[in-house]
Amino acid sequence: MPRSPKPRPTWGGVPLDRRRILLGIAAIGGFLAVDLGAVAYAGGWIGTAHRLTPHIFIKAFEWVNGKQSGFRKNHAKGVAVAGYFDSNGNGREVSSAAVFRSGRTPVLGRFSLAGGNAHAADMLSTARGLGLAFGFPGGAQWRTAMLNLPVFPDNSPQGFYDRLLASKASPDTGKPDPQAMAAFLAAHPETAKAMKIIGQNPPSPGFADSTFRSLNTFYVISESGTRTPVRWSLVPVTPPPPRNSSGPNALFDALVRQIRSGPLQWTLMLTVGAPSDPLDDATLPWPADRRAIDAGTLTLTSIETEHPGNARDINFDPLVLPPGIERSDDPLLSPRSAVYAASYRVRAREPESPPAVNVDEVAL
Amino acid sequence: MSTEIEGTAATAAPPQKFTALSRIFHWLTAILIFAALFIGLTMVNWLAGYAELRVIHMSIGALILLIVILRIVNRARHHPPAWPPTIGRLEGKAVIWSERALYALLLAQPLVGWAMVSASGTPVRVFGVLRLPPIAPSNIDVFSVLREAHSILAYLLVAVVAAHVSAVLAHSIVLSDGMLRRMTFHIGRRERSKI
Repeated sequence: MPRSPKPRPTWGGVPLDRRRILLGIAAIGGFLAVDLGAVAYAGGWIGTAHRLTPHIFIKAFEWVNGKQSGFRKNHAKGVAVAGYFDSNGNGREVSSAAVFRSGRTPVLGRFSLAGGNAHAADMLSTARGLGLAFGFPGGAQWRTAMLNLPVFPDNSPQGFYDRLLASKASPDTGKPDPQAMAAFLAAHPETAKAMKIIGQNPPSPGFADSTFRSLNTFYVISESGTRTPVRWSLVPVTPPPPRNSSGPNALFDALVRQIRSGPLQWTLMLTVGAPSDPLDDATLPWPADRRAIDAGTLTLTSIETEHPGNARDINFDPLVLPPGIERSDDPLLSPRSAVYAASYRVRAREPESPPAVNVDEVAL
Repeated sequence: MSTEIEGTAATAAPPQKFTALSRIFHWLTAILIFAALFIGLTMVNWLAGYAELRVIHMSIGALILLIVILRIVNRARHHPPAWPPTIGRLEGKAVIWSERALYALLLAQPLVGWAMVSASGTPVRVFGVLRLPPIAPSNIDVFSVLREAHSILAYLLVAVVAAHVSAVLAHSIVLSDGMLRRMTFHIGRRERSKI
């Protein structure tokens, strides 16, 4: 190419040199490729085709349940409760957490049914959830999300995801496709085994007489630094007689009537694991004879329709733990925390919808 | 990384450097902001790593906030060295505004992160032990605005940092005006004559 007779272009008074321009473009291009490539990879725009992400869980809940605007993506149907925990000080033996000191800690909570449909009809067989936030929104807060099951059906996020997809109701029968569920169980023997244990422990008639369990293992840290694996549970204290309720909100209506007629109480038990016990597999029960520490009594005194400012707005992230309680290596814990956070973010920005359980509409 | 790309067109007088403290602050911020952005973007897409990375991300954020406050004080007390003569009037305006945008983003992003966690009612704990007080009311709508803002600010930071690095590379390589050398340390000084 013949050299242009015109003067060379300049930038800031410096004549531009072709070699240097190319070098500059190469350096900037290389930097941007690495920088923006890293951002795209980390941000999940590329390379997420073969791995589960929180976003994929949110999409799956929506695929199974349809759009549930403003609701939790799982345990969508629920009701807010409040009360307090009276610690007897026994928990201090294994944990330095302030909540186990003798004394009272306020508690916000939420009863729920598993599943992403906020208007599903109550069924005895649906897993019942109890989320609790001890000392919300204080700095030594402890949150836990428990179920009325003896073990959790899954021991990995992939297992949970596959079960979620297999549980989608077929449009013809309104029930999960038996073939899909059979294929899932064949691929996940741990769930088949867990389901057997769950089947051997039929659910109680209602929320008030349910025992709720952490299912995942955690570590408690004593004043002297000793780490002890524990699973905790809430065991009902003389539950009131079941109320006759019927209809799509039968379980919740009964709960509303029970709390109105008097506080509901549970004993918080810290079950201490032995070295041989499974610490990272929530589908496996611990032997029944493990030592359990009675740490105190949870009393729930009030119940409210979910509304702004009550337990509706709490993410019962199982990893909001106070000093004195730590997570274990259970592979469900970090994914639970991540997916709960994604659900919280999504529902926070969605327009809210009226909840199915309206306490004021429950007749005495 | 070679920071001593020099050529025949170099200005006669070696450019003045930022003070050593300014340079330390700058590179510390660079490392921490890349780490915070990369970890932040990664953790929300990584189930198994989320819990661990969240703690690290929040700790780095707190560190960035501290350093940026110190940097703003430092910036107010020390005027930076003169620009290379290659920066014209119009580009000078872009330099001034991009510097302000960087400082604003570096200050806002950790504060928004802190406020966002506060608004979710969750204790803000960094470095495993230090508990920071909440700086926003526990309110899900406040949380939502801050949470979305945290992502938008993250991508703005990515863009402004990319522009910042690209501009410095363009000056240092294409114009050979020693722009980058104002911020580098003297490592490899003797190598310069080779290029």
